[in-house]
Amino acid sequence: MSDDTHVMSTGDRLIYMANQIARNFAALGDAQAAAETATHISLYWDPAMRARILALAAEKPEALSPIATAALQRLDPAGAA
Amino acid sequence: MSFSRETDHGTPPALATGKTVTVTIDGQRLTLPEGTSIMRAASLAGGSIPKLCATDSVESFGSCRLCLVEVEGRAGYPASCTTPIAQDMVVRTQTDRLKQLRRGVMELYISDHPLDCLTCAANGDCELQDQAGAVGLRDVRYGYDGATNMGQAKDQSNPYFDFDPSKCIVCSRCVRACEEVQGTFALTIEHKGFESKVAPSQGEDFLGSECVSCGACVQACPTASLIEKKVVETGTPDRAVVTTCAYCGVGCTFRAEMRGEELVRMVPWKDGKANRGHSCVKGRFAWGYARHKERILKPMIRASVDQPWREVSWEAAIAHTASEFRRIQQTYGARSVGGITSSRCTNEETFLVQKLIRQGFGNNNVDTCARVCHSPTGYGLKTTFGTSAGTQDFDSVMQSDVILVIGANPTDGHPVFASRMKRRLRQGAKLIVIDPRRTDLVKSPHVEAEHHLPLRPGTNVAMLTAMAHVIVTEKLYDEAFIRERCDWDEFADWVDFVSQPARSPEAIEPLTGVDAGEVRAAARLYATGGNAAIYYGLGVTEHSQGSSTVMAIANLAMATGNVGREGVGVNPLRGQNNVQGACDMGSFPHEFSGYRHVSDDATRKLFEDAWGVALDAEPGLRIPNMLDAATDGTFKALFVQGEDILQSDPNTHHVAAGLAAMECVVVQDLFLNETANYAHVFLPGSTFLEKDGTFTNAERRIQRVRKVMSPLNGYADWEVVQLVANAMGLGWTYSHPSEIMDEIAALTPTFAGVHYDRLEQEGSLQWPANDAAPHGTPTMHIDGFVRGRGKFVVTDYVPTDEKTGPRFPLLLTTGRILSHYNVGAQTRRTANTAWHSEDRLEIHPSDAENRGLKDGDWVTLCSRAGETTLRALVTDRVAPGVVYTTFHHPETQANVITTDYSDWATNCPEYKVTAVQVSASNGPSDWQQDYARQARQSRRILPLEAAE
Repeated sequence: MSDDTHVMSTGDRLIYMANQIARNFAALGDAQAAAETATHISLYWDPAMRARILALAAEKPEALSPIATAALQRLDPAGAA
Repeated sequence: MSFSRETDHGTPPALATGKTVTVTIDGQRLTLPEGTSIMRAASLAGGSIPKLCATDSVESFGSCRLCLVEVEGRAGYPASCTTPIAQDMVVRTQTDRLKQLRRGVMELYISDHPLDCLTCAANGDCELQDQAGAVGLRDVRYGYDGATNMGQAKDQSNPYFDFDPSKCIVCSRCVRACEEVQGTFALTIEHKGFESKVAPSQGEDFLGSECVSCGACVQACPTASLIEKKVVETGTPDRAVVTTCAYCGVGCTFRAEMRGEELVRMVPWKDGKANRGHSCVKGRFAWGYARHKERILKPMIRASVDQPWREVSWEAAIAHTASEFRRIQQTYGARSVGGITSSRCTNEETFLVQKLIRQGFGNNNVDTCARVCHSPTGYGLKTTFGTSAGTQDFDSVMQSDVILVIGANPTDGHPVFASRMKRRLRQGAKLIVIDPRRTDLVKSPHVEAEHHLPLRPGTNVAMLTAMAHVIVTEKLYDEAFIRERCDWDEFADWVDFVSQPARSPEAIEPLTGVDAGEVRAAARLYATGGNAAIYYGLGVTEHSQGSSTVMAIANLAMATGNVGREGVGVNPLRGQNNVQGACDMGSFPHEFSGYRHVSDDATRKLFEDAWGVALDAEPGLRIPNMLDAATDGTFKALFVQGEDILQSDPNTHHVAAGLAAMECVVVQDLFLNETANYAHVFLPGSTFLEKDGTFTNAERRIQRVRKVMSPLNGYADWEVVQLVANAMGLGWTYSHPSEIMDEIAALTPTFAGVHYDRLEQEGSLQWPANDAAPHGTPTMHIDGFVRGRGKFVVTDYVPTDEKTGPRFPLLLTTGRILSHYNVGAQTRRTANTAWHSEDRLEIHPSDAENRGLKDGDWVTLCSRAGETTLRALVTDRVAPGVVYTTFHHPETQANVITTDYSDWATNCPEYKVTAVQVSASNGPSDWQQDYARQARQSRRILPLEAAE
């Protein structure tokens, strides 16, 4: 991170959170980490946040880590609203 | 309860040996534990031997010579306090000779004591007076013309108690209480013989001394020499009610000693299982806020936050609140509103707030202050052990051989428990402290840590994994325990991970800054030193890897077999008085009471059947998510009971922006707190003295809170929530908090056996309390983990994204101080400000010198999130490169500095790591001045008459 004052938008924060969760599961290996990340987001994020992160994943795929991307592909879009 | 003193058996119970002896005292045969003193034995038999220097909170001393007895077959007159009973001993406590001796002793005491009993503040509550009567003293033969110790100046420096040396009998009870009960060693007897005198520290007054004002000395004093100012002012109490302190998570029980509806003093209750008769300056003395002139007692509303408040009737305020929430939900949707429960309120009140949200609002947008403190504990311990709570009771520490304290400063944050811990350390237990600061525990009188690992903030996981590396590679783990209790495959995966060279103490030394040899030695001590217990606080949880750190702690405890018996375990030191209870009661947006996920159909059906509505199966928003949604325009109304998120939560600018974006913020509190600056409705709150209920402390102990005076605002908080619920059409009919607890018990398996009548019988209950454990559960996981097999979790160290650099080269960590509590709303409105009137920035001498700063200088503290100013405290308690401050004062607003970074699993803020710069300043910043102006503007009140 640079020394610039850093204030995250809600979208940036959701991307940051998804990547952070994925990074903390990374030691389990990619497949299990993606599964754990998906489960974590399903259990703890409200439907609007899940819908938003799915939209962001489509909009800015490069912003998400491979594990986070794989996790979001496991989320049920119907459950996020 | 009418007023009577607690029974004082004179000496403490004997150490348990399992053996008993039979004695005869005044013709009565008694069988008692070996080692019991004659004095205690006589007292247990219903008698009372005269005494002055003996009290059962401290070891016997044998100085006053009033408690002499006769023992058949022994010459002389032994002191009953220092003489243990022996098999077939025959004791006489009342003979003519003993009466004569005692009268002579008492005569000497009284000859040097003021005879102003009728005007003395302790008249009727003075042991010296009582004992003079008990020994039949009728005359003092020596006169009062000779030299005496009377007429000495009083020390009135302490804001809560006076010391009058003229009334001191030099029994040393105060000195011994300070040493044995509190463990501070602030008092001494200076000089010798006739000149002997109690003195705090070395020639200082009480306020300027090392005294921490715990009150143990005042409680121990048998005369009016040490006496509460409030007793001097008000007179002695006429009734007492046992209740539970509303400060920290230790949950001390007190006798609220009253005169009518006026609280005279809070005296720690000897039968209290959390505090065992001890107290700290907050619980003992800092309750004056309950009657502070700034309390708001009338409901108020306003259309926008730039308007003054209008006082309105309760009916109008409740109706307005209900209609606003309904209007907003109709306009923006069911999930556009939410609420925050209070860890300072009772279990029953907290349960009702989350019920209001789930049943009335129809969503799960409920959160609590644990979001910003111990939410990682809930996540980490539930994942590894299966239960979101600590494993032990506080008594357990007395069985520990090794105590590992990480990220906690118990002498400031949990002082009564710290005194117990220090007592065990003085008995010989070994101490490991992992903390960036040199906290008091690291070195204080008669306590010194075997190992202090002053790690760089943000490296907890690396440190604990390195300790695991040592334990695994040196084969110090408990294989039998692991094979029996834990998942062996998961253990094997964990072993593979931690044993890699990259996790060794040597490899992580550049990250943590801690000598690898010290880490190895600490790990060996923890693994091999006997019963090893871990105690931790917010220095563990308030990090980007808070949950990982909790799991790393659990890994260590499981690997070494230190779970499931007394003296060991994993012990989170919870912050607020009822934060454990608030979490238990379903205050998180994903869980019902008892930590059951909202998506679980069976659990949800249980609540739906009880509450008669369909409930949302989706998790709700956490506090930071609510604020994000507010700034995005989708979250519009918030009910906040007894929390001050604007001051306590991170990144004040973000919190303020979120609150400002809402159409209706309802604050229920004692005072116009900082959050209320952005509120549209203010509902006056009640103090813990004004209501019935229960609190649950850090050891899962559910204890009664009892109403000792009428609520000044007219309602207990649970009644106000019920009024709101009923205005929304929910039809609640609770007439007493016991009925709420009955509902909790019916819906929560771990609370199934918790009812008010059971609490009256047992005194307290530690959950789980149900058919399987009718007397509660002091120690968890005795025969196996709640989740089945203990789960080892690989905890990879992920460095925080909050980095130091040229603009922000220092790391700020925040915490609290003994005399204040949380945001200071209560303690700032007491005389505790005598010890801490402002937040100060602790900075190492070398960092101060590099910036040209001296102790007491105003400095600007600046981070990527914001800046504030405060005065510097130059000290080597902090390491070079690290600065520290408290967050007790809104004038400082330390959370202007802290960032949005948070724990990966729970969003618990990363309060403990903020990259900052410190520079010289001339005084408050523009922001602080603007904030003060806005706060003043926001707190204008139009009285009821003008409003209607």
